[in-house]
Amino acid sequence: MSEPILQVQNLTMDFGGIRALNKLDITVHSGEIAALIGPNGAGKTTFFNCVTGIYKPTAGDVFLTPGKGEKPVSIKGLKPNIVTGKGLSRTFQNIRLFPKMTVLENVMIGRHCRTKTFILGAIFRPPRARREEREILLHSYRLLEKVGLAAFANDFAENLSYGAQRRLEIARALATEPHLLLLDEPAAGMNPQETEDLNALIREIAAEGLAVLLIEHDMKLVMSLSQRIFVVDYGSKIAEGTPKEIRSNPAVIKAYLGE
Amino acid sequence: MITAKDIRRILLVSGWFMILTLPILGMRVDPLSDNILWRLKNVMWVGLGTVVLQSLPHLWHLYLYLQAGMIRLWHHLMGTPPHKIVEKTAHRDSLINRVITNPRQRAILCAVVLTLTIIYPQVVNEYQINIMIMAFLYIMLGLGLNIVVGMAGLLDLGFVAFYAVGAYTYALLNLHYGINFWMALPLGGIFAGIFGLLLGFPILRLRGDYLAIVTLGFGEIIRVILENWIELTHGVAGIVNIPGPTFFGLGLTPSQKILYLYYLMVLFVVITIFVVNRLQDSRLGRAWLALREDEIACQAMGIDKRRTKLAAFSLGAFWAGIAGVVFAAQNRSVYPVSFSFLESAMILSIVVLGGMGSIVGVILGALILILLPEYLRELSQYRMLFFGAILVLMMIFRPQGLISVVRRKYDIDSIKAEEKEGGA
Ligand SMILES: Nc1ncnc2c1ncn2[C@@H]1O[C@H](COP(=O)(O)OP(=O)(O)OP(=O)(O)O)[C@@H](O)[C@H]1O
Ligand SMILES: [Mg+2]
Repeated sequence: MSEPILQVQNLTMDFGGIRALNKLDITVHSGEIAALIGPNGAGKTTFFNCVTGIYKPTAGDVFLTPGKGEKPVSIKGLKPNIVTGKGLSRTFQNIRLFPKMTVLENVMIGRHCRTKTFILGAIFRPPRARREEREILLHSYRLLEKVGLAAFANDFAENLSYGAQRRLEIARALATEPHLLLLDEPAAGMNPQETEDLNALIREIAAEGLAVLLIEHDMKLVMSLSQRIFVVDYGSKIAEGTPKEIRSNPAVIKAYLGE
Repeated sequence: MITAKDIRRILLVSGWFMILTLPILGMRVDPLSDNILWRLKNVMWVGLGTVVLQSLPHLWHLYLYLQAGMIRLWHHLMGTPPHKIVEKTAHRDSLINRVITNPRQRAILCAVVLTLTIIYPQVVNEYQINIMIMAFLYIMLGLGLNIVVGMAGLLDLGFVAFYAVGAYTYALLNLHYGINFWMALPLGGIFAGIFGLLLGFPILRLRGDYLAIVTLGFGEIIRVILENWIELTHGVAGIVNIPGPTFFGLGLTPSQKILYLYYLMVLFVVITIFVVNRLQDSRLGRAWLALREDEIACQAMGIDKRRTKLAAFSLGAFWAGIAGVVFAAQNRSVYPVSFSFLESAMILSIVVLGGMGSIVGVILGALILILLPEYLRELSQYRMLFFGAILVLMMIFRPQGLISVVRRKYDIDSIKAEEKEGGA
């Protein structure tokens, strides 16, 4: 098995009296597609928020390998932008694009953490800043082509269809050059055709060497894509394994179907 | 259309206004006989006025409705197939936006406006030149605040504090060390920028209303300090005899000085527009917009919230500081009263009226709000009323401001061509 890229140990998150995550252990390996599933309110999104620094976990550890052959570093409690800088990027369940910016600009925002131009560079535009700006533009445009949104580059993001907005979120996340991509219900609200395209897109991304961890309720998509599945219920991990193992796991069936 | 519910609401609001204004407008104590004089006619006028004002939007809708009905009727009578009534699409850019997004037309527009601006002082009198200088000053202030409020979405109600810092920097440095305008100009900007940073640090976590209240407080604190630290600032007496800008050490006549200041202001405004325009389409400018749109997503995409906010604050403050130095040089004196909250409100109105985030919008906003009251002198005591009315009407009919924001459209074909080059 290849080296782990994300190691989450004993992760616990309390909201007041509510324990949203309970001693979660999850390891994602580089280059694999993994899935995190569980009933509504199980704590899946909370897990993403803890890992990406949007919430500070109550207890536990999070380690990320910030590149091939590098040592894992603890990213627990780091600010979201620092975590992103280390090569972990995500999309949001309730789409969070920048509605009054163009589709292309949304992706260009993702390039922020890989570029440097600041106040003086922006005003005087020395050759270095010009080169950088062009790099941002080309890189972003290529990503738009990849997710099939190049034709909408100059439209406001808010005018895109639901499925297209989800793909734009993926393009924006890819622009940060992550090693691990976290997708929170990428297929939600998509029609069967769009889901099919999404399936292909995620495979393409993984084929380029990115690890993907996705939260998804569409079991067909999950089973078809993932090599490894984690199941959480009430904040605790109740199962982990290949799609085949998960499908026949009694605890999982119980969590999904009740007694 | 007006429904029974609307009518009821209109009447209720009017009734409420009449009750509220009754003690002030409807009653008067006659000091001689200690009798209360009722002046119910005034209150009736208030009631009537509120009914009319509230009906305006409804009448507007009624008009649109009738217009659509007439068109349909016309087609019906003529037997022509009813066209689909073409709605005015919200996305279609306005004329001005179409002009400024087209490089050629934009160049022509800029050339024409610049020529007019240069000719202007030759055809009008000194009084009008002075008013125009004021308007230019407010364009600078508006564009500075536009960085903070319009682009980065940080509601700053104490912007005037930085304007004051700039003005007093020049006044004090000149008083104590005889520093001239040209040296004070960058110093005033830098001082104000440092104040922007100092204010920025403690309020990084605040947003929306809380941010507005703290900045409002900061603006007032600066003014109160200026009024009370008498040893340093001379208090309400202000600092007088501040020299105007020097011109290579040459002596200028008073009227030449005004002309000189006018052209200097044109230069400053052009520089400001140039800088803000460049910032808008830069990595930093995009980060400001993203911060305004969604703070969490913005951070999750790797943007350092603190750095980005501080940059907006200090850069906006820097511009206000420069404007402050110019203000001191133009007026030859500074007093704390010049930096009241009203001033912050005025600058904010310019930004909101013009269209948050739009350079052309802010320029138009400044011209309208500064020039109009000057040319409507008779109205001047009703200025605030007029102000309020404009803002209320704007919020009803054009909540996005005079000019809505356009984002830069990238030329996709040229990107593709470049991509091929890079790939080959
Ligand atoms: N900020 C918060 N404050 C308080 N409670 C929260 C907060 N965020 C999440 N929770 C609670 O934590 C639990 C897990 O929520 P979470 O959103 O992680 O579920 P989920 O597995 O993503 O569900 P879904 O499939 O519906 O998206 C829920 O009970 C939720 O109410
Ligand atoms: Mg969720």
